[in-house]
This record gives sequence, structure tokens and C-alpha cells, in this order.
Amino acid sequence: MIMFIFLGAIALVVLWAIAKYNGLISLRNQTENGWKQIDVQLKRRHDLIPNLVNTVKGIMTFEQETLEKVVAARSAAMGAKGVAESAAKEGALTDALSKFMVVVEQYPQLRSSENVKQLQEELTSTENKISFARQFYNDIATKFNTAQQVFPGNLIANNFGFKPVELFEITDAAERAVPVVDLSLKK
Amino acid sequence: MNLYDQQQANRRNTLVVMAAFVAFFAFLGLGFDYFYFGFGPSAEYGIRFPIATLATITISSLMAWWGLQGGDRAVLSSTQAIPVARESNDPNHQKLMNVVEEMAIASGLPIPKVYIVPDSDPNAFATGRDPEHASIAVTEGLLSTLNREELQGVVAHEMSHVRNFDIRLLTVIAALVGAIVLLSDFGSRMMRWGGGGRSRSRSSKGSGAGALTLVIFVLWVVSIIIAPILAQILAMAVSRNREYLADASAAEMTRNPLGLASALQKIENVVSPTKSIKRGTAHLCIADPLGRKIDLKEGFWADLFATHPPMQKRIAALKQMGYQRSHS
Repeated sequence: MIMFIFLGAIALVVLWAIAKYNGLISLRNQTENGWKQIDVQLKRRHDLIPNLVNTVKGIMTFEQETLEKVVAARSAAMGAKGVAESAAKEGALTDALSKFMVVVEQYPQLRSSENVKQLQEELTSTENKISFARQFYNDIATKFNTAQQVFPGNLIANNFGFKPVELFEITDAAERAVPVVDLSLKK
Repeated sequence: MNLYDQQQANRRNTLVVMAAFVAFFAFLGLGFDYFYFGFGPSAEYGIRFPIATLATITISSLMAWWGLQGGDRAVLSSTQAIPVARESNDPNHQKLMNVVEEMAIASGLPIPKVYIVPDSDPNAFATGRDPEHASIAVTEGLLSTLNREELQGVVAHEMSHVRNFDIRLLTVIAALVGAIVLLSDFGSRMMRWGGGGRSRSRSSKGSGAGALTLVIFVLWVVSIIIAPILAQILAMAVSRNREYLADASAAEMTRNPLGLASALQKIENVVSPTKSIKRGTAHLCIADPLGRKIDLKEGFWADLFATHPPMQKRIAALKQMGYQRSHS
């Protein structure tokens, strides 16, 4: 009798372990899929930039510096490896692009061009897609990491070599910085 | 209730609605057998085989199945919706496709099919049987009235209906309510030329049994008459609470509750009804397309007949979320 209870208990533990392991695998696949989604959108943005630069180059003669910054940020982002580095470089690119778009707004000639409008819409949409994909990835990655760390799931995670994944966070100082507000009114 | 529970509840309720639909038709068929063909529990009656009952069960099962498989097409074609091409030259269409794609990414769902309803009143709805077979339709008026952020809020609202399987239940209800209304009309016309052969033949056997038969006959007739009304009340009741839920999920998806709030305000300000959206599909829309006053009220009658909660309450709830966000 005791033997049966013992065997039953072992069988339950094994079943639980299998379920937990499969759950972790499924979360890992979802996380990887989430990362691919971000990657697709980042690539899209990289492809969009040369188009954008070529369209405005002729007209924006005074703002070569802003343009060059965008191009430099793009090539830096394209060379990034891993989640954390990508996040930092892409953050810098987002920053450069938003400054660039502000400049574009100052040229009435550009603002009224259908071509530029379309590129602007594409860029806005891509920026949104990146941020929504990031949101989705971070949510699922957090779930995955938590499932690995809580007891007793951590026993399975440690034994089968699951590793926590990095979140795609904006590490760029410019995006984090709080603008300094000076209220002293001194000239 | 989490997302999984919502999805399960919607799948289950869809089955319940389909079963109730078949049961209602079985009841109709049984009555027909009894009163017109003289089918009954013992051999002394007219026919042995409940032929009308079997026929109605078969037909209604087929219709319920069709409602699940093709209900979305029926709903879309009844509103004359036009599919939007993936790559479009029209900047408004391109913007819509981009926004839909963004929300598909935010919700982690496949990109639904996108339709435009040629109507100048702003409104939107989603339909389909699951996220893999979903469609989102917006009116031309919505595209021209809303800015990008507001459009995003509306599309996110529809995507959350898709995600929690609301569309499955609401589409089946739309298809089956339509069928009940149609068949009830047909049924009441049938009764006029029929006229209850059974009650006449039995009247010789004693007034007691005749009176009972008459009562049952009256009940049967009444049930045919009130069925479409009941079906519509069901359709309305089932959609109201979902609107608050979808608003909240949309805010969570876009992280921008004020976008949807200002979209709802704009939709509310245009008072004219959406003509191309018929009564049967009203419960699918983001705002009541019939432009009825009852949706502005709270209380028992409004609870019974309105398909949507009062717009001002929805807007207030969203603004509350926006306020909490900016202070957290």
C-alpha cells in the first residue's frame, strides 16, 4: 500500500515536471518570436532611412549635420549584436530620427510634398510598430523570466539550463533624461 | 476574469446560442407535426414519424453551422463593405492598413482582413470566428473624421474584440437572429393558410382535451411571434458589457486611453445614424449605428434594449484611466 502511494507521488512529480518544462519551452519560443517581430520592424526602419535621406537631401542643404547623424546612427544600429546593445543603438537612432523629423517640419517645401508625407507616414508607422513589438516582447520576456525564477519552477529551469532573457529597454541617456526646467527667470 | 477565461466563456456561449437556436427550431417543428400532421405519442394519431421536427432540426443545425463559418461574410456583405488592398495608393487607406498592422503587433495576433464601409457616419466593427479568420471594418466617415491616434484607439478596441473571441459569439448571434426574424415572418404566413387541422379533428373527443390543445396551440403561436423580439434582446444584452471591457483592453494595448476617448467623443458628436448598418448587426459596432436615444440612458429599459452603454460613461472611464496613467 505504502509502495503504491510512494509510486503515485513520484508519478505526480514527474507529470508536474513535464508540464512545467513544456510551459517553459513554449514561453521561450514565444519570447524568441517576439524578438523576431522587433527585428523585422527594425530592419524595415533601416531600409526606410536611405529612401528618406535621398528624398530630402536636395532641399535640406543647411541641415547636413542632422542628416549625417541619422545615417551614422543607422549604421551603428545595423552593426549591433544582442538585445541590450541593439536596444541602446536603436534608441539612439530613434532619437536622431525624431530630431530629423522636427527639422523636416520647418521646410514648407518638404512638408507639402506628397512623397515626403508618405515617407513620414511610413516612418511613424514603423516607429509605432517597433514600440508595440517592444511592448509585446518585454511582456512575454518578463513572464518567461518570472516563470524561471519563482519556486518551484526554478528547480526545472536550473536543471534544464533555461536562462533569463534581456529586456529590450531604452538605455539611451537622451531618451531617459528629464528636461531641466529653470524657473528662476534670470537672463 | 483573465483573457483565457473570456475566450473560453465566449466559445461556450457560442455553443449555447447555437444549441438554443436548434432547440427552438425543434420546438417549432414538433408543434407543426402535432397540429398539422397529427403526430402524437400513440398509434391512433395521424403520422408515426415526426417529419417536420427532423426537417427543422436538420435545417437549423445547418444554419447554425453556416452562421459560424460564413456569418462574417454575411455581415460584411450586408453592410456593403469593400476590402482594402494591402498596398494602397490612397494615403488614408495606407494609414488604416498601417494602424491595423500596428495593433496586430501590439496584441500579438495575425493581421486581420480590413474593409471599408461606404458610409459617411463614423463607426467600426469586427467580425469572424477566431483571430485567424477575423475582419475589421471601418466606415469612410471614421477615416475622414479621426486623426491617427484616435483611429489607433478604435482599431485597438476592435482588435480586443477579436482577441477575446467576442467576434465569434456576436457574429453567430447576428447570423442566427437574422435567420429567426426571417423564419418567424415565414411562419406566421404559413399559419394563415394552415389553420390548425388538428384542433378541429379532436374537438369531437370532448371539450377538455380540445381546450388543452387550444392552449398549447396558442402558446406555440405566441412563441413564434415573440421569438424574434427575444432574440434581439439577447443580442443587445450580450454586447453591452463587452464594450467597457474592449475599451479597457484597447487602452492597455495602445497605452493611450485618451486617444480612444477623443475618438468616442467625435463619434458621439455626429448624431446621424449609420444607414448602411442594419438592425441585425448593430451589436457588433463600436457605437450604436441606429442613433437611438435609449443608449444615452441607464436603468431597466435601457438595460433591456440598448446595445451599447452610454457613451459619456465610456468616455469618463477612459479619461479616468488616462488620468491615472499621467499620475503614476
